[in-house]
Amino acid sequence: MANIELNHIRHAYMPNPQSKKDYALKEVHHTFEDGGAYALLGPSGCGKTTLLNIISGLLRPSEGDLLFDGVSVRDLPTEARNIAQVFQFPVVYDTMSVYDNLAFPLRNRGVEERVVDETVRHILNIIDLESKAHRKAQGLTADEKQKISLGRGLVRADVNAILFDEPLTVIDPHMKWVLRSQLKHLHKQFGYTMVYVTHDQTEALTFADKVVVMYEGEVVQIGTPNELFQRPQHTFVGYFIGSPGMNVVPCTLEGDGARIGEHVLPLNGIGRFGSGASLEVGVRPEFVSLRPSGEGLPIQVQGVEDVGRYRIVRAKLDDHDFHAIVMEGEEIPESPSAVISADNINLYADSWLVGREG
Amino acid sequence: MEKTVNNKAWFMVLPVLVLVAFSAVIPLMTVVNYSVQDTFGNNQFFWAGTEWFVDLLASERFTDALVRNLIFSFSILAIQIPLGIFIALCMPRKGWGVPVCLVLMALPLLVPWNVVGTIWQVFGRADIGLLGYVLNNIGIEYNYTQDPVAAWATVIIMDVWHWTSLVVLLCYAGLVSIPEAYYQAARIDGASKWAIFRFIQLPKMHRVLLIAVLLRFMDSFMIYTEPFVVTGGGPGNSTTFLSIDLVKMALGQFDLGPAAAMSLVYFLIILVFSWVFYTVMTNVGAEKPETKGE
Amino acid sequence: MLELKGVGKVVGGVDHIKDVSMTLEPGSLNVLLGPTLSGKTTLMRLMAGLDKPTSGQVIVNGKDVTGHSVRKRDVAMVYQQFINYPALTVYENIASPLRIAGLPKAELDRKVREAADLLKLTPYLERTPLNLSGGQQQRTALARALVKGAHLVLMDEPLANLDYKLREELRAELPKIFAESGAVFVYATTEPSEALLLGGKTATLHHGEVSQFGPTLEVYKRPNTLVTAQTFSDPPMNTLSIVKKGDVLELPNGDQIPVAENEKILADGPYIAGFRPHHLHLSKRTDHHFALKGVVQVSEITGSESFIHVDCVGETWVALAHGIRNIEVDDEIEVFLDPRNFLVFETNGRLATLDMPVEA
Repeated sequence: MANIELNHIRHAYMPNPQSKKDYALKEVHHTFEDGGAYALLGPSGCGKTTLLNIISGLLRPSEGDLLFDGVSVRDLPTEARNIAQVFQFPVVYDTMSVYDNLAFPLRNRGVEERVVDETVRHILNIIDLESKAHRKAQGLTADEKQKISLGRGLVRADVNAILFDEPLTVIDPHMKWVLRSQLKHLHKQFGYTMVYVTHDQTEALTFADKVVVMYEGEVVQIGTPNELFQRPQHTFVGYFIGSPGMNVVPCTLEGDGARIGEHVLPLNGIGRFGSGASLEVGVRPEFVSLRPSGEGLPIQVQGVEDVGRYRIVRAKLDDHDFHAIVMEGEEIPESPSAVISADNINLYADSWLVGREG
Repeated sequence: MEKTVNNKAWFMVLPVLVLVAFSAVIPLMTVVNYSVQDTFGNNQFFWAGTEWFVDLLASERFTDALVRNLIFSFSILAIQIPLGIFIALCMPRKGWGVPVCLVLMALPLLVPWNVVGTIWQVFGRADIGLLGYVLNNIGIEYNYTQDPVAAWATVIIMDVWHWTSLVVLLCYAGLVSIPEAYYQAARIDGASKWAIFRFIQLPKMHRVLLIAVLLRFMDSFMIYTEPFVVTGGGPGNSTTFLSIDLVKMALGQFDLGPAAAMSLVYFLIILVFSWVFYTVMTNVGAEKPETKGE
Repeated sequence: MLELKGVGKVVGGVDHIKDVSMTLEPGSLNVLLGPTLSGKTTLMRLMAGLDKPTSGQVIVNGKDVTGHSVRKRDVAMVYQQFINYPALTVYENIASPLRIAGLPKAELDRKVREAADLLKLTPYLERTPLNLSGGQQQRTALARALVKGAHLVLMDEPLANLDYKLREELRAELPKIFAESGAVFVYATTEPSEALLLGGKTATLHHGEVSQFGPTLEVYKRPNTLVTAQTFSDPPMNTLSIVKKGDVLELPNGDQIPVAENEKILADGPYIAGFRPHHLHLSKRTDHHFALKGVVQVSEITGSESFIHVDCVGETWVALAHGIRNIEVDDEIEVFLDPRNFLVFETNGRLATLDMPVEA
């Protein structure tokens, strides 16, 4: 296990990057702590795969350094970095048995057959494939194959980190639950440093202790799932995390309140820090409660979607889309208005969160 | 996957069926007809029964040619398949080198067979041919018209030159279809070059290799034009393969009955060998076709 | 209208589709929900006429078309992969089925622009598909399917290869688009949440059989069988073995709880109670709640909610709790259940209250 230090890393796919735009990965400066579970989350093209490839050694960063436990590995090839990786589509050696697949990384490194056997049996037990040890890998299901690729990483006692590149893409929803909780268990049990790339917020938030949200080549926020949910640093994080995403409505400041159309929302003191060209308030649909009209912001309901556990109210606030979530069993009043507690309102100046402290 | 039956489809394949009937089935039946009869010209035919077949299988001339053919086919397979794989592995996967290599590889395949023969016939001549001249000058005695070994070497090298490209192109197609993640995973697992070849590349090339072996076997077993142009089956009978012998018998000696019998036996041998190859190779890989989708 | 009557498909002696009967109304959205290999794609191929059923009939607008080839049927299909003509512009891609139909130029142009507008592709009409994002490529494929005006549009996991957020956006748009077109839509997915968001009707598939077909919410809230309930549940539905003894239900650990009002009429005997993760609470909310002790296996946070995997009376359950819960693995906790939230199944998996009227 190791901690992974990304030291002012930037990467451009073109030879002579001039402006910031030319970089596929704008400056990243962060340390993945030893034994942490991290997720890189963002839409396609946000640079998360570039960053993963830099860590795995497939790409050499244009600028900056990469250190494992303080030692630079920037110029080391993949095989010398002692990492394990699980890919989007299961990579197994078709002609080998499950057992031989797991033994492969050890045998390649000249490990004694007695030790190989012991380790492989142990890992087979952990990934729950003992009964299929001598089956050919080819005929197995996608989730079993993914377990084999994970297992090939686990057999090596000395891996610095396990990297996951959207590993659950081809897995059925029910199996996703099983695999995810097995992964969590492994992490708790062995304390591997894990980096998990995904565009799926549920996967990222449930897997990671810390989530790195990326957007257009930049890290926009690194935080715990809770922080990302409660206090998105950027409107993009608010939009990207949560389903539906955060309601973002332009406003102007009026004393310690935010004026939206004809209404003023109290801001509990954060208003005075707001400066910048464009101001917006952000409110999670989960924090909107609907009351009979008169109390809060009047909204025009456009439609209600019942998804069983809760209902999504799609509405307009002036001309802006505004969503609210109503839990099972709760009523939706006729011509409702939205009531939001000041604590759950975030203020954004030029898309970045306005601080609360001070 | 089963498809809905569309009877119109039969009309679409009708021209082909007619063509195949005229070009294959009818001639084949004629050959069968000839093989059981004797003729002295003037369209006079006499029933011969299995006589020609018995004669043929007992004749040394036939078995010698058959053995020569087998040795030839196995030699070129033993050279072309590994060589083809090797060249395919060395070819670039991306960049400007790809089209260049592909065109270079395709060139020999575009040369007509008799031209290939003529090229090598001239190339190997000791007086004016570059190869023959150089070899003789550096002290290696080389004369394919006199020396059976030289004749064999010429015919084999010629075939290798002509057809290895086909194996290369097939293998290359198999190789480029391997996703990059496999190589990356193998590097992470610390696999050697050999292990990557053995456990990733070879299994993924398995299918195309099967096609390559079949095609090359059938083609080489039926080889006629090139050795006919270069050596004419000589010196002596040393490069007389079944096809050359057959032509000699049918057109040279006009022994229609024995030639027809030989054609049939020849045809059956190719059929049997191809079938054996196919079965053995599909079983050796023991790869069940992947069940895809639902 | 598309009717399937006892449609079955046997391949190599194995039943791929077993005795499926369903009626799909024009202008309706029908979701086929089931895990991989449950037969969704096979069923779609039978509907389209790409395959011929081994038994049963396919009837379109009252006319038996079983065995008619797909070319003679009026069908459009959208696949998981983004399938477009790479060399043609988006405009030409969308126009292609109309060109084949030989539409006059002005009408063709109008239809293409309408479809492009509906799918927000107007700015990209002159680009080729490879210069578009995945979402735009799939929208192009959708537009091509819609513009054809086919009476049956089949979509096989069309959003599976798209980013999460894009999927969410398209999912919200699709029902509106469908409603405007009037065709029969069939949409295959593996994700229960997708079925819920799309609404319409849902058929749950399991091992080639349609276990239930009806309005999506109804199937979700009142599954006829345990199989349907489990197919239509993400996270998976929790189950608990119970024995009804008069006015009480006995749990595997010997605890007895009062029977909920609507289940009092059930005969005594063993049952399986199913309940969804959001009905497994971590605190006592109502008087009806009873407590069970459990050991935490995994806890996952999704931002506003937490998933707690807990071992309880010999089963592993998932609880969906509001807010962030800092619960450590191996903690002993109390979980609470309300028997009124139980879906009670007979031991053969049939909903025990199936023959009883649904409460208002």
